[in-house]
This record gives sequence, structure tokens and C-alpha cells, in this order.
Amino acid sequence: MRLTKLISSAVLALSLTASVTYAGGHATTLTIATVNNGDMIRMQGLTDDFTAKTGHKVEWVTLEENVLRQRVTTDITTKGGAFDIMTIGMYETPIWGANGWLVPLDDLSADYNVGDLLPAMAGGLSHDGTLYAAPFYGESSMVMYRTDLMEKAGLEMPDAPSWNFIAKAARAMTDRDNDINGICLRGKAGWGEGGAFITAMSNSFGARWFDEDWNAQFDTREWSDTLNFYYNMMTDAGPAGFATNGFNENLSLFQQGKCGMWIDATVAASFVTNPNDSTVADSVGFALAPDNGMGVRSNWLWAWALAIPAGTQKEDAAKEFIEWATSNGYIELVAANEGWANVPPGARTSLYENPNYKDIPFAKMTLDSILSADPLNSTVDPSPYVGIQFAAIPEFAGIATDVSQEFSAAYAGQQSIDEALEKAQAITNDAMEAAGYR
Amino acid sequence: MISQLNSRGVARLMMAPAVILLLGWMLAPLTTTLYFSFKKYLPLRGGDLGWVGFDNYVRFVTSSSFWPSVYTTLIIVGFVLAITVIFGILLALLLDQPMWGQGIVRILVIAPFFVMPTVSGLVWKNMFMDPINGILAHLWRFFGLQPLEWLSQFSMGSIILIVSWQWLPFATLILLTAIQSLDREQLEAAEMDGANTTKRFGYIILPHLSRAITIVILIQTIFLLSIFAEIFVTTAGAFGTKTLTYLIFQRVLESQNIGLGSAGGVYAIILANIVAIFLMRIVGKSLDAKES
Repeated sequence: MRLTKLISSAVLALSLTASVTYAGGHATTLTIATVNNGDMIRMQGLTDDFTAKTGHKVEWVTLEENVLRQRVTTDITTKGGAFDIMTIGMYETPIWGANGWLVPLDDLSADYNVGDLLPAMAGGLSHDGTLYAAPFYGESSMVMYRTDLMEKAGLEMPDAPSWNFIAKAARAMTDRDNDINGICLRGKAGWGEGGAFITAMSNSFGARWFDEDWNAQFDTREWSDTLNFYYNMMTDAGPAGFATNGFNENLSLFQQGKCGMWIDATVAASFVTNPNDSTVADSVGFALAPDNGMGVRSNWLWAWALAIPAGTQKEDAAKEFIEWATSNGYIELVAANEGWANVPPGARTSLYENPNYKDIPFAKMTLDSILSADPLNSTVDPSPYVGIQFAAIPEFAGIATDVSQEFSAAYAGQQSIDEALEKAQAITNDAMEAAGYR
Repeated sequence: MISQLNSRGVARLMMAPAVILLLGWMLAPLTTTLYFSFKKYLPLRGGDLGWVGFDNYVRFVTSSSFWPSVYTTLIIVGFVLAITVIFGILLALLLDQPMWGQGIVRILVIAPFFVMPTVSGLVWKNMFMDPINGILAHLWRFFGLQPLEWLSQFSMGSIILIVSWQWLPFATLILLTAIQSLDREQLEAAEMDGANTTKRFGYIILPHLSRAITIVILIQTIFLLSIFAEIFVTTAGAFGTKTLTYLIFQRVLESQNIGLGSAGGVYAIILANIVAIFLMRIVGKSLDAKES
């Protein structure tokens, strides 16, 4: 009796092992780290299509932007190998690519048509001419505004507004009794959150992070102008608690009809015009990010892209996934399921030539914004770094997070703008000295 | 004699694995921290860039964020200790009273201690302190007031509140058991002699609790010096809530400077030891005083 039991359980165990091996020969499970933005959540919903086509399974690790950056950076520097595909941006890709931490994407299939990627995106995701990450979507930033509120205020938004006009309109649209804030902008600490916004804004005020000898520039009048302008406008016309608002918080405020204007990523256009999520979907207009007549606009350039860490065992399957997720086929899949307005924008030239996409109200403004952003000449005065809302050096993320925390504390009224700038100056020079720049 | 020596040797041999394990457990992380603290180690710039002596130590203390972070740490620890001990005593006295449903009430009071720090941080942040959707914002609006922006304008107060809420049950638990061990006859005798409630508390209950209070302070300090999750999920170190622990985290993970962060870790060890020695002295004194 006992023996039969033993034998039968052994047989069972054997057959289990056999079936596992069998499955292993065919399917791979990819672990993908990504950010919790709307387009990525949509991609997760469509994973079944990928599994049906290739047989590979996908496990998602979805994180908030700041946390994602820490997780993937730690994983790549320690060669942790926790992820087969990482969602990274224009800041990380050239630095990591230069260190040899990413698998070069130079052998993608002919169907994929690498030449179709927007040159601004492909350029920002390459190092020495080699593509290291494939853009899932690309973005710049622009003004999104409520056409009805603008009309009520008796104003008309130009295609290319100035900061003075934006401030005037914001104050005119504000209606505290009805819970309407003239303008919603990012104030949340974190270099990719409020830090990115204020840096892009400062460019149009003639400010820069570093002079040509890598000295911090927060003691300049330009930075003080930027922060004072931002702070005064937000105090008069911004939402309560703006010092803790990032992209997602502002998106939700705008969708609830609580913002007159919002200057943020161009990808948000599809969320604020989607009637399923947005209560103001039919009254949103778009304009270029404002400037100050100094020749530089305040829009940034960014791409969320998929990259494969060097050393993964599943390189082939990972490449299959990247080709699936960033291809024209995926764009068509989303279009078929959710309409053309919801496809991931800003990555491929052909999308903007597609007659189905041309009618989308924000398509042209998105493309114009992307094309007007120049990471190589982002500041009025010359600067030694590449990047618009960031400086593409490894130390920047740490420094800018510290600096943006000082700014957020000033937005919340815990310290004055001057104190914040003074601390920012000290923090930046400390860190640049430690890194050996000065 | 020989057999005695042998048995002692055997005993030592038997204990060796445990001792070695404990030593390794403690020494391995400590040595690596010390090792890295003398190196210029920047993963994003190719890793190990050689020995730099005390550079990291100097840089860490001269950075403009160092002293503010030490103050922040001490303020949080100090306030949380004060709040938990005072309210812990009051709650313990209250729970000591015979009442209906005592068991359930005690379990409910202790419950917050079993909530994970990240979870309690998120619950406080999103459900209580959110200036638009939080319960406290609704409460403020109900009374016609402008809702507070807890985590940005009262950031330190908010963190102290969250951490105190978590540690109050621990203090209550220890103090309650201490009160229960108090001899009832003593209290009755004092009452018969005409001592009123305040006097009974001041002369009998409080001295009886002193040993429990020192234990509470000691244990809590050790844990409070390293609070991290509550800050990470609520303010992420912004709005002046950057503690020493958080600063080290930022140096290692956000700035990707392992050497500098390790030097900070060594400072944290020193700070914790200073506090611990200081507290041990007090505890030792109060214990001595008890015996004399």
C-alpha cells in the first residue's frame, strides 16, 4: 500500500517536472518594469495580444515615476537582473548606453522600420549613433486650456502665448467660489516632476543650471525671476496644495473641471479629451508652451522608452516584446480598440501622416511642440550640457531631486524663494565638487 | 579537572556556531559599510574609483543638508517619545479601569502597532490628510474652515502624528502591564490615609512606572532613529522632513554615491550610540535608585 503510494507520487512528480520543462521550451515569462501612466496601463490591458502572437507571458511591475527610477537604476548598477525590460527615458538612455548596460537595438527587423521613428526621439535615445531604447511614446509639453472658461474671461488664446498672457489669463479665469483655479502646474518634489517643469520654464526666462565651467547658476536674477513669477501666479490662481501636485494629480484636477489651464506633457491631451474620463472633454484647446520673447520656449522633450538590460537571459523574447509594443501594429491595435485619439503619440513619423490621425485636435500641436524642442540648444545663454528639462550627466537626478525639494518647500510657504535658491546653489555646487566637475 | 576543562571546551565548541553566526550577522554589514565609506564608489561612473581617505566623511558633514537632517531626526524622536509616553500613561490608566468589553477595547487600542508602516503612511496620506478628499479636509469644511495642507504646510507635525499613532499602542501595552503589576493594597491604603487621585498618581503610580517608562523610551528611540517608510511614502523627504536616515538613502539611491552614503551610515551609527549610551546611563541610574 505504502509502496504504491510512493510510486504514484513519484510518477506524479516526474510528470509535473516534465510538463514544466515542456512549457519552458516554448514560452518565456518577461518581467517588465514600467511607469503608472495612462498609456502604459493601456499597454498592460493589451498584453494578451502579445501572448497570443508569441506565446511569451508578461509580468508587470508598475511603479510611480520617482520609485520606478530608483528601482531600475539600482537594478542596473548592481546588475540585479530583476527585469528583462525597463521603461526608461531620454535622461537615462544615453548614460546607460555609454556604460554598456543596455542591449543595443541595432538588429530590429525590417518590418519594424526604425527609420520611421521621429528623429528627435531616436536621437535622444541613442549613444554614438546606436539606438539603445525604443520610444513607446514621445512627448513635449504644451498649454491645455478650457475654451469655455477662456471665452467667459473675455480672452483669446494665441497659438504661441507669452508668460505674461498666461499669468493674466490665469488670474482672470480663477473663480474660487466655484472651485476653479486659473492654472494648474506641477510643484511636486522630484527631478522628473516639479523639477522638470521649473527647469523647462526657467529656460524661457533665460536661466540655466550651469554656466560653461559647471558653476551652479541659482544665484542669478533669471532663476529668481522664474521662481517668483511661478510662485506669485500659483498663489493667485493655482490650486490649494500645488506644492504636492505632479502629473497625475493635475490630470485628475483638470479632468474634474477644476483647472482653467494646465501646462504639461502633450500625451495628457488624449486623456483630457477622452469623454470617458474627462468631464471637460469637449471644451479643451491647445497652444504652444509659453515664452518670454527671449527666443526659447518652455516646452521640454521626453520619451518613455523600452530598453533591455545587458545580461538578461531572455534577450530574444524581450526584443520581440519591444518590437510589438513600439510598432505601427501596436498603434493600429490601440486604434481599433480605443480609437485613434488614444494611440501612443510622438514616436513615429508615419502617425502624423496618417489621415485617420490628422483630424485629432491635438495632433498638430503635439508635433509642433516636439519639433520646436532642441535639447542641444535649450538655454538662452550657452550651457555645457545636453537636455532641456534635465542635464544629461549622471549626477543630475540626485542634485535635481534635492533642489526640487527646496523649491517645493518654498511653494508650501516653509521658506522664502531666496532661501530656497540659496540652498539650491549650495547643494548643486557641493555635489558638482564631489563629482569632480569644479 | 580534565573532564571539567573538556566539558568547558565542548560547551564553547557547541556555542561557536551561534556566536559566529551572530558576529557575522553584525560584522559583515558593518565592515562593508566601513569599507565603502573610505572609497569613491559611484556606480553610474563605473563603480570603484579608489580610496579617498576621509573625504566622504568630511563631505557628508559639510553638506548643507547634514545639520538640518540631524535636527529633524532629533525633533521627530523627541516629540514622538513625549507624545507616546504621556498619552501611553493616560491610556494605560484608562484601560486599567474595569469596564464592559475590556478585552475588545484593548485589542483595538493595540491594533495600530500591527499595521505596516508603509500602509499606515499611505492611509494617513490619502484618506486622512489629503487636502481635497481626506476625512480631515471634510471635517474642516464641515466647520466652515479652509482645509489644512497637512503634508506640505504642517509636514513635521503630520509625520510626528503618524509615527506617534503607530507607537502609542506599544507604549500603552508596556505601561498597562506595569500598572497591572502594581499592588492594589498599597493604593487602597493610600486612599484610606486621605491621598487624593493626583497624589496617588504622583507618589505611587508614577514612581512604580518609572522603570517601564525608561524601557519604553529606550526601545522606541532605537526604532525611531531609523524611521523611513512613513517619510518615504508621505513627503519623500520634502518640506523639511529629511531625517538622517532619509538623507543617507538619498545619497546612496538618488545620487548613486555609495561612498558618501556609507560615510553617512557610519555617522548614523555614532549618533545612535551616543543616544543609546546617554539613555543607558539614565536607565542605569533609575534602576540603581530603585534598589537603594
